[in-house]
Amino acid sequence: MTAISLIVNGERVEAEVPARLHLADFLRERLGLTGTHLGCEHGVCGACTVRLDGAIVRGCLVLAVQAEGCVVETIEGVSDSGELADLQEAFWRRNALQCGYCTPGMMLAAADFLAHAPDPTDRAAIRAHLSGNYCRCTGYEAIVDAVEATARARRAA
Amino acid sequence: MNGADRPIGRAMARPDARRLTQGRGLFASDIALPRMVHAAFLRSPYAHAEIGAIDLAPAREMPGVVGVFDAAALEGRCAPWVGVLTHLKGLKSAPQYPLARGRVRFQGEPVAMVVAASRAEAEDAAERILVEYEPLAPVVDPLAALAPGAAAIHPELGDNLAFARTIEAGGGAAAVDAAAERVALEFDFARHTGVTLEPRALVADWNEGEQRLTVHLGTQVPHMFQTVLATLLGLAERQIRVIGPDVGGSFGIKIHVYPDEMAAVAASRILRRPVRFVADRLESFTGDIHARGHRVSARIGVAEDGRIEGFAVDDLTGVGPYSAYPRTSAVEANQVINLVGGPYDFAHYAARARVVFQTKAMMSQYRAVGHPIATAVTEALVDEAARRRGIDPVEMRRRNLIADDAYPCASPAGMKFEALSHHACLDELVRLMDYDALRAEQAGLRARGVWRGIGIASFIEITNPGAAFYGVGGARIAAQDGATARLDAAGDVVLHAGATEQGQGTTTILAQVTAAAMGVDPARVLVKLGDTDATPYGGGTWASRGAGVGGEAAFRAASALRENVLALAASILQAAPEALDIRDGVIVDAAGGAERMSLAELARIAHFRPDTLPQGVEPALVASRHYVPREYPFAFTNGVQAAVVEVDAETGFVRLLKHFVVEDCGTIINPLLVDEQIRGGVVQGLGAALFEECRYDSEGQMLNATMADYLVPMAAEMPDIVIGHVCTPTRESHIGAKGVGEAGTAAAAAAVLNAVNDALAPRGARITALPITPARVLEALGIG
Amino acid sequence: MKPAPFDYVRAGSVAEAVGLLAAHEGAKLLAGGQSLLPALNFRLSAPGLLVDIGRIADLRRIDVTATMLRIGAGCTHAMLLDAPEIAAHAPLIATALAHVAHPAIRSRGTIGGSLANADPAAELPACMLALDATIIAEGQAGARRIAAADFFTGLFETALEPGEILTAVEIPLVPGRRHGFAELARRHGDYALVGLAAAAEGEAVRLGFFAVGHAALRAPAAERALADGAAGIEAACAALAEDLPAHADPEISAPVRLHLARVLLRRVMKECLAP
Repeated sequence: MTAISLIVNGERVEAEVPARLHLADFLRERLGLTGTHLGCEHGVCGACTVRLDGAIVRGCLVLAVQAEGCVVETIEGVSDSGELADLQEAFWRRNALQCGYCTPGMMLAAADFLAHAPDPTDRAAIRAHLSGNYCRCTGYEAIVDAVEATARARRAA
Repeated sequence: MNGADRPIGRAMARPDARRLTQGRGLFASDIALPRMVHAAFLRSPYAHAEIGAIDLAPAREMPGVVGVFDAAALEGRCAPWVGVLTHLKGLKSAPQYPLARGRVRFQGEPVAMVVAASRAEAEDAAERILVEYEPLAPVVDPLAALAPGAAAIHPELGDNLAFARTIEAGGGAAAVDAAAERVALEFDFARHTGVTLEPRALVADWNEGEQRLTVHLGTQVPHMFQTVLATLLGLAERQIRVIGPDVGGSFGIKIHVYPDEMAAVAASRILRRPVRFVADRLESFTGDIHARGHRVSARIGVAEDGRIEGFAVDDLTGVGPYSAYPRTSAVEANQVINLVGGPYDFAHYAARARVVFQTKAMMSQYRAVGHPIATAVTEALVDEAARRRGIDPVEMRRRNLIADDAYPCASPAGMKFEALSHHACLDELVRLMDYDALRAEQAGLRARGVWRGIGIASFIEITNPGAAFYGVGGARIAAQDGATARLDAAGDVVLHAGATEQGQGTTTILAQVTAAAMGVDPARVLVKLGDTDATPYGGGTWASRGAGVGGEAAFRAASALRENVLALAASILQAAPEALDIRDGVIVDAAGGAERMSLAELARIAHFRPDTLPQGVEPALVASRHYVPREYPFAFTNGVQAAVVEVDAETGFVRLLKHFVVEDCGTIINPLLVDEQIRGGVVQGLGAALFEECRYDSEGQMLNATMADYLVPMAAEMPDIVIGHVCTPTRESHIGAKGVGEAGTAAAAAAVLNAVNDALAPRGARITALPITPARVLEALGIG
Repeated sequence: MKPAPFDYVRAGSVAEAVGLLAAHEGAKLLAGGQSLLPALNFRLSAPGLLVDIGRIADLRRIDVTATMLRIGAGCTHAMLLDAPEIAAHAPLIATALAHVAHPAIRSRGTIGGSLANADPAAELPACMLALDATIIAEGQAGARRIAAADFFTGLFETALEPGEILTAVEIPLVPGRRHGFAELARRHGDYALVGLAAAAEGEAVRLGFFAVGHAALRAPAAERALADGAAGIEAACAALAEDLPAHADPEISAPVRLHLARVLLRRVMKECLAP
């Protein structure tokens, strides 16, 4: 067991964890932050996407011990802080989610895109950036619409 | 009742979806209960083997372990099940147990279960279990499995033929073959699996004190599982509560009885504590039901003028070693031969379906059951016949689709159609996609060596099934659905219903339907689903029945509540009930609309001041109704899709440029949700067209059982999808809604197959296998 | 799929990491973890100890000297995509990295990890071949320099000795070097079916093929034909039959693979040899 100390959604968290516990399981099982989902544990589906020191990562491919001293943000944190409010509204309005299982990871990936893309209204670029987030329900178009709409609204603001 | 600003027909966002954007869903895999332990399984590495000695002892010593079980340890805890239905004549299957007994018959079959304090510890212990296997010859090819002398997987069944059925109509095969033009094609459709993003998950919680079992189960059909668990565990139904939390995708995967789930539930009862089982992704690939692996030989006979004389089809499918329970592994093939040729007017039909046991993953119903295969076969034959007759594909369909005024009628296979709109849909498609402009563009690009293809696929789709589907075969699967509508103490409406939510928007459309019947805004309706202790018995969601059947039950219950409310209001206001109406939550004069009293006020009186009511008046502010379609076994919908593709003739890669759908699903309760169901369904079909296949080797091992190797559609390869509608309500219900959840999947792959063949036609190349991989395209072009 | 249990230690320096590897048989290095962790989750790998080198600052440097670009093995793909030094001196790497997996993987995956893992379908090994890179490895016996051409020896095999750590790559600075890159993948970000990373310096062309066999490899016969410039493209395509192994997999047959390699060679050379 290893002692770790990190910041999760703005709160300092201290815990003793087995080395093999990945960050997504740490968040879900130890901290009850179940908004981060597990879809494959291969690093392929994107359902476990969280932010680590400001960058999006696969929660299933980072060990909790590797997050020592880091700042972790999950969907609950970025939702409650209001950071994603316009994106959430756009997703909701456009029905860019159905079962909701991919949604936390998808939104974090979309937020990453909106923050860094040279032209965030470019639909092909949106699709490429989200190409690592699997959705079985929506067929993706509504998600692309919601991200594009958010980008346009931010540009106009 | 209908119209853009009225509840039915309103494109409103789902009130219950906001929390999902906040990460505040509650999925079965999120549920943690006190003293909960975790199940993991040791699974067979062989497709077929005798099980020798099993030594569980090394697992028992491992840290965190509270229980280790094999089939012997579960003896008497869970009855075996047999997946047959009497109306599928001749369907046979052997009993299946939660843990393998004596033999393993598919790779991944659960052999032993460990329950421990954490999933990781359960897996550590499972690795320590010693099992002796003596491999047997795997059965991996349906034809080989049927060959005379082939070893039967279940010797007591005699052979490996699970089910066979033939249909003959008109002049049969002879008439088809006597036609002026005869096209014969051989098709190969790959096996698929659902790849729901949330794997199968449950928490089973046996309460020893109450002698009751609560199962939090990611499912489409909580009542079915209540009944199944009672039957298999030897309990009364009232001892079982199934709660359906949020479900991270199902598409038919989560309506079947799985051995690992039954074992985990049994463990909870034995251990007297909650047991969580979540299938991981590797287990899901070999453990979830598969579907769609078919080989089809088919012919179309066409007259000189392009009129279709008939179809002949021979469908062969290999399933798993058992027929799935309780919905069987025979329905898909049965539907294939029921549906081939469906949209068209023709007289002669000959069909055979054979379902064959194999030592591969289990197989059963998955979104659009059988339709993708029937549609691909039909539409490819129609296109090829058109090509040979020099007829444009749209024109070919105009000559042959059943006329829009020919209804009611029945197909040669016996499918009864109430009223369809094939021509209206085709006309709308041609307009929507600007077909002529696309053809002109295609011709121009062809001259420059760019290979565009346009493919059309007309289709019919089964929705709103009645009891003809399962009930008549002896399955305790409800075709009816129930709803209870109640006025609460504040005058708002609460609806409990047996239909269920997996993200398609059931909760929202039931609120809309209830609001329409009651005369209130949907925001004032609370919908509660998915709890067998609280929601009326219903079939849940499958075969696209949620809106048409569940919605109608809700409408009737809410209409009955409305009558009761008006009866009470009439007694309070000393008016005639027929002279009153409810509009926007207020009881008004039907003529003139003068406001008389609010629902809130009525509710206050009924709940808190019944002493002020006239003598003999008893408020009945709750009403329950159930609905089942009676006249038509299914409410068929229809539509047409088109795919526009570009084929890179050097690399064999196919790019999906755009996709079009015109769909007639009757009354549209919520256009936003309907269109998104169509889009999601289309993309599943596009996955089938280009990417998805379960690959097996000769030892019955699935070769690509990981997320990296089984290719699901991702955002970068998918096109935008343009959608239009025609509306032909069903007259079997008040709301007139048919289903739409599977329509996209029914024809998307067929449209792409036709589009690719349209692109390759000038090169004399043709493909009749899915998925259309680059290797297949290059092979068709004579490369490599 | 939870990993089997293992111990974990964070190394503060390369020397410390080398010592830990020597002291613990079966220990594995953890850098980005984007290849290792899936293997652990699948229980394909069950090391007793993970030595985390992900925080060693020395491994995350990018330096430019008069003659070469030195990239620390711990640089993540995301860092390299953003680095002006890469854009200026080895843009082939940035071009290739856009095809590697997805953003959330690129924020953790490292160049050292990718090269040491030596997946035959990976992009960066082929880029190192095309750029004539030198790989720096450190072990108990000190530091070693290994030419990229000698580094990728087989299926997930490299010239690294047990206990050695890949610490940096050095790429010669070549003003006016042109590059070309193409890969065929079923879906964006997937491992390639066939791929080509190429660099041209004057008349010399280096071709780094990937997903063509057990390891990334050069195509010397094709490269010789390309000394004739664009006129040599067809001869180079013919020569590929000699350079590339006949490699079949469940996706594509050997003849199809060769055909696709030729298609890529034509497409890349059009880009790369353009004046």
